[in-house]
Amino acid sequence: MPGPMKMRATNQGGVTEIRVLMAHPMETGQRKVNGKPVPAHFIQNLTVKLNGKTVVEGQTSQAVSRNPVFTFRVKGGAKGDKVEVSWLDNEGETNKTEATVA
Amino acid sequence: MNAVRRLLLQGAGALAAGLLTPLAALAATWNKEAFGAKTPADALKGIGASAATPSNDVIIEAPEIAENGAVVPIEITSQVPGTKSIAVVIDKNPFPLVAKFDFMEGALPYVKVNVKMGETSDVRAVAEANGKHYSATKNIKVTIGGCGG
Repeated sequence: MPGPMKMRATNQGGVTEIRVLMAHPMETGQRKVNGKPVPAHFIQNLTVKLNGKTVVEGQTSQAVSRNPVFTFRVKGGAKGDKVEVSWLDNEGETNKTEATVA
Repeated sequence: MNAVRRLLLQGAGALAAGLLTPLAALAATWNKEAFGAKTPADALKGIGASAATPSNDVIIEAPEIAENGAVVPIEITSQVPGTKSIAVVIDKNPFPLVAKFDFMEGALPYVKVNVKMGETSDVRAVAEANGKHYSATKNIKVTIGGCGG
């Protein structure tokens, strides 16, 4: 089952680096348990916002590893800025997390 | 009675439509055609990148040999000026298109992501800039596949 997210955002040399972990099974739909296929269940959309402005929009397939970790970089940003990352999967489940740039 | 019932149903229908719209709008941004493609050529076609030009300005950093195909770290940087998006395609995966990232508002054309690889394959990164596509390819050897059970 999808679970909590973890995020760390740091600003160094004028670039904000955002590292985010999403607890998610990322089932491919190809795997079988006791001969029965496990239905595909994976994150399809993710959105990264810095101070409320969308900076990265991602679309993903089942080929992203289980419990995905992404790193993004944004020019600018400063300590104390708000970062928000959200995702939506193929079953309509969604989650989001917020962090402050350190 | 019938009129009241109709009104209630209409109201419920409108409410449901109103509630479902935001979700549908979000989901609609997933490129079903490209992600459902089973060959790299169709995947590239799906994202409009059939005519991608090989470029040294798109850089893939990844291991030469991945011991575990379930988690292959891939880092992509585009130095093509004006890069708006980066897509990742793994030629021999059942569904080659892995991800596509759009960058805006100061986001740098850079992404690091862990991917699954079913077997040894070429991995392509495709950057889009000024309506054109630029690609880099790297072969990654996989000793244990990451798609089966």
